[in-house]
Amino acid sequence: MKNEGLIYRISGPVVTAIDMKAAMYDVVRVGTEGLMGEVIELHGDKAVIQVYEDTSGIRPGEIVVNTGETLSVSLGPGLLTQIYDGIQRPLPTLEKEMGVFLTRGVDADAFDLEKNWTFEPQVSVGDTVVGGQVVGHVQETDTIVHKIMVVPGMGGVVKSIESGDFNVTQTICTFEDGTDMQMMQKWPVRTPRPYLQKYPPVIPLITGMRILDFLFPLAKGGAAGIPGPFGSGKTVTQQSLAKYSDAQLVVYIGCGERGNEMTEVLDEFPHLIDPNTGKPLMERTVMIANTSNMPVAAREASVYTGITIAEYYRDMGYDVALMADSTSRWAEAMREISSRLEEMPGEEGYPAYLSTRIAEFYERAGRVETLNGEDGSITVIGAVSPPGGDISEPVSQGTLRIVKVFWGLDAGLARQRHFPAINWLNSYSLYPQSLDQWFRDNIAQDFPEIRVELSGLLQIESELQEIVQLVGSDALPADQQLTLEVARMIREYFLQQNGFHEVDAYCDIHLQYKMAKAILAFQESAKSAMASGAQLGDVVNVPSRSHLMRGRLNKGYIDTIDDMVKIMLTEIAATVEGN
Amino acid sequence: MTGKEYRTITDVKGPLVFLNKTEPVAFGEIVSLRLSNGTIKNGQVLDTSDDMVIVQVFEGTAKIDREAGVTFMGDVFKLPVSEDLIGRILDGAGKPRDGGPDIVAEQYDDIIGAAINPYSRRSPHDFIQTGISAIDCCTSLVRGQKLPIFSASGLPHNDIALQIARQAKLTGSDEEFIVVFCAMGITAEEYNFFRADLERTGALEKAVLFVNLADDPAVERIITPRLALTAAEYLAFEKDYHVLVIYTDMTNYCDALRQIGAAREEVPGRRGYPGYMYTDLAMLYERAGLVKGKKGSITQFPILTMPGDDITHPIPDLSGYITEGQIVISRELHQQGIYPPINVLPSLSRLMGSCIGEKTTREDHKSVSDQMYAAYAQGRELRGLVAIVGEDALNERDKQLLEFSGVFEDKFLRQSRDENRSIEETLDLCWTLMSRIDTKYLVRLDQKWIDKYHPDNRK
Ligand SMILES: Nc1ncnc2c1ncn2[C@@H]1O[C@H](COP(=O)(O)OP(=O)(O)OP(=O)(O)O)[C@@H](O)[C@H]1O
Ligand SMILES: [Mg+2]
Repeated sequence: MKNEGLIYRISGPVVTAIDMKAAMYDVVRVGTEGLMGEVIELHGDKAVIQVYEDTSGIRPGEIVVNTGETLSVSLGPGLLTQIYDGIQRPLPTLEKEMGVFLTRGVDADAFDLEKNWTFEPQVSVGDTVVGGQVVGHVQETDTIVHKIMVVPGMGGVVKSIESGDFNVTQTICTFEDGTDMQMMQKWPVRTPRPYLQKYPPVIPLITGMRILDFLFPLAKGGAAGIPGPFGSGKTVTQQSLAKYSDAQLVVYIGCGERGNEMTEVLDEFPHLIDPNTGKPLMERTVMIANTSNMPVAAREASVYTGITIAEYYRDMGYDVALMADSTSRWAEAMREISSRLEEMPGEEGYPAYLSTRIAEFYERAGRVETLNGEDGSITVIGAVSPPGGDISEPVSQGTLRIVKVFWGLDAGLARQRHFPAINWLNSYSLYPQSLDQWFRDNIAQDFPEIRVELSGLLQIESELQEIVQLVGSDALPADQQLTLEVARMIREYFLQQNGFHEVDAYCDIHLQYKMAKAILAFQESAKSAMASGAQLGDVVNVPSRSHLMRGRLNKGYIDTIDDMVKIMLTEIAATVEGN
Repeated sequence: MTGKEYRTITDVKGPLVFLNKTEPVAFGEIVSLRLSNGTIKNGQVLDTSDDMVIVQVFEGTAKIDREAGVTFMGDVFKLPVSEDLIGRILDGAGKPRDGGPDIVAEQYDDIIGAAINPYSRRSPHDFIQTGISAIDCCTSLVRGQKLPIFSASGLPHNDIALQIARQAKLTGSDEEFIVVFCAMGITAEEYNFFRADLERTGALEKAVLFVNLADDPAVERIITPRLALTAAEYLAFEKDYHVLVIYTDMTNYCDALRQIGAAREEVPGRRGYPGYMYTDLAMLYERAGLVKGKKGSITQFPILTMPGDDITHPIPDLSGYITEGQIVISRELHQQGIYPPINVLPSLSRLMGSCIGEKTTREDHKSVSDQMYAAYAQGRELRGLVAIVGEDALNERDKQLLEFSGVFEDKFLRQSRDENRSIEETLDLCWTLMSRIDTKYLVRLDQKWIDKYHPDNRK
């Protein structure tokens, strides 16, 4: 058989070809317009292909050409600040070629192949280098040094090495065995890039969101799932993480969601400053946008495109955070393709391999020793959109089985405009144990104990609330009423955080600690004042407490909070004398 | 181009016709079927191979037999478009229904529509004043937004949609909207109601109507909204109009989708609806917005009736996952005799933040809206408590909030069908109503706005 065949059948995004030599995951060109597709099933003499562009108008009998390649991404300097579709075509290039509407049949290089980058060699002639090893540096953006690595599996004794300005396709290094390398390399998206070993996650990804960092921390190299019904805050949370988390690089995948949300990111990010480096956020970001109305097969591919790019920067020794919004749309793309293949469906029509694919995807997260001997990590945060908000469905369940952090968004809280609407009673993180040492060493010795106190108070509150529902809060003894007040302070002052507020959207982890301590200081002083005869109403209503609480909305709070707490404690102590 | 006529039908099932041994037929190609009695029906290719072709027939398969002649038209479905569309009434397949001539085409546009490149969009930010306080204050609408009305049978969603269509305008601008109206499976009575109202206000002359009624073929409903949106895109992005697309009832559309899925023996998703319904709906809802380099815009108002008033039903659920918020109509408020019975609590406009404030509405808008919402939410919750413990058990604050929730419904929500309140009037009304609550309980209001707008300080 030859590398060319004919279309036999077309059913939506799935095309069957006959008389063509094909192997699984080969990239093919379909029809006279040469639409890109990928072989996903072999069936006797037929190859089943998922096509990454709209197939209407294509006819049986048109030509199919097998390129013999597997679906790959291009990796090299120029990736950062880009916005791609699901198969790594830059959207700005597509706009230039097609106008504002995405038509089809246009190929586009992933980045500028002509642009010159200044290559600084890190190895010398005669050195032996192996796959994954760094041979030179390129300053890709102000903040990111792009390390040029030997393709895993390649390498040899350096015969010559260049220095100076080159584009990504020019040879910068040759080896004694006659092979050579360029700054750009390709990697098949469905194959995880290799590393030496996985490390246990012991460093937190600091997000600047109090409920996350304090109560349900995520580790660098960990994985988190955010399930929630529509309008509960998945996207706002993911975008906050993309803006403020202390990852060095962010890969943001808009997978089957709204066009306007990607526009928002594109409008906003170039003007936003990374609080961790002081540089524009865009410089550390790669975006993938395959919105809900773009071809589903490319949506299926988009998460692989994203994670492969993330792995590439991990291999340079960076901490990468990857957000996928929403993994449910990815799963639905799998379901749609699977049903066209007439595969035997599993639960709710999803393919039987759904949970395997989900697990394989999250397994590509991790903190690793790279082939170059450095530390790098990928933290994956996946949004899940369960039908009707009910997480007993297959995508939520498949996700929860593998991730160690569950940030459960709650329609009720969103309706009360309590944001972030993360339910503090049913969310969890399995990382505190491995992260506590880091918090003790870097933030405060008693950090873990403070966390336990706060979550304990919230737990007690939920039990007391049940009683209040029956008898009203006035029927409770004064000390329990105080507990309710303290818990309310935790919710309104600490947990609530408006993702759009210019100051409070991001909260420094040291400030978080001070705020938590302030709440406990309030509790303690209120208790002792009341023990000495002060009235609950007086204690709770000291004006300095509301000053303290509102202070978080002002810049420089970290410098003023200690004094504000002092004033509050003095005022509370004074309520005793007033009686 | 018209090709050969085939008589190779093997099976007819639901809305689908199966035939074999044809020329190479394109995926999505338009098909014409000629019945033995001379009737012509239209359809579209859903699956094509060397051996077999599956055609979805828009007008239903009644009377089709194995003798019917099938012709492939050589192209995908296209709508003839030009500015002549304005003022016309077309049927659910795009043919004149008003007795007028065929549309003289300036061009023919593919009705599936290409996706807008996300990079080529412009963020919507122009506030649309609807004159309805609940919407303007609490779920502000933005030009280019897709904001569905989640309603249920027997509720006045049509009145609300029409009131919006009549009153919608940009503040401080005389740019007008033209309405593209798309009916899917609604009753003749409902349709006449829409038509009469558009006629009465003169809007009909500036509107395009696509009409598929309850007794029209169900499968045709799959293409009706696509025709409407194709017309809307042409008018907005080729001719610079600001287009308001109202389509009703999405529930009938989804049911048609389910019918086709069932006939193809697809594995169904939740409640029998196809697994790809999310994607399918997105291909409609995402055809809204603004794009770079074009003046016009498309704002969408899909109306859907929630089966069993259930917001977790797949139709509202999948819609909510795609649209930029929702306006929820409440049966309870309707039964209390309140019009418009909008429940602001589950309603949301996700783009609101981008369109309100000093430059567009008023500096206190956000603060007022947050406070109105919070006070009403708390008041409503207290109603439940009062039912158990009695009103006497409430403290002063709770009593005021409880009373406020009633006033909110009676004075703020309630307005007449032709009452067009400016945003200033709406916000002033909010202040008047909120002043019934002690200022110290109005914790969401900024002090500077209290100083400036509170009735006590204004006199
Ligand atoms: N942290 C937050 N701070 C302030 N507002 C928020 C926050 N999170 C959510 N919201 C509000 O809730 C709305 C919906 O949030 P978001 O778009 O993130 O929901 P979602 O879960 O992604 O919904 P969908 O599944 O439909 O995409 C936002 O437009 C905003 O008004
Ligand atoms: Mg979202």
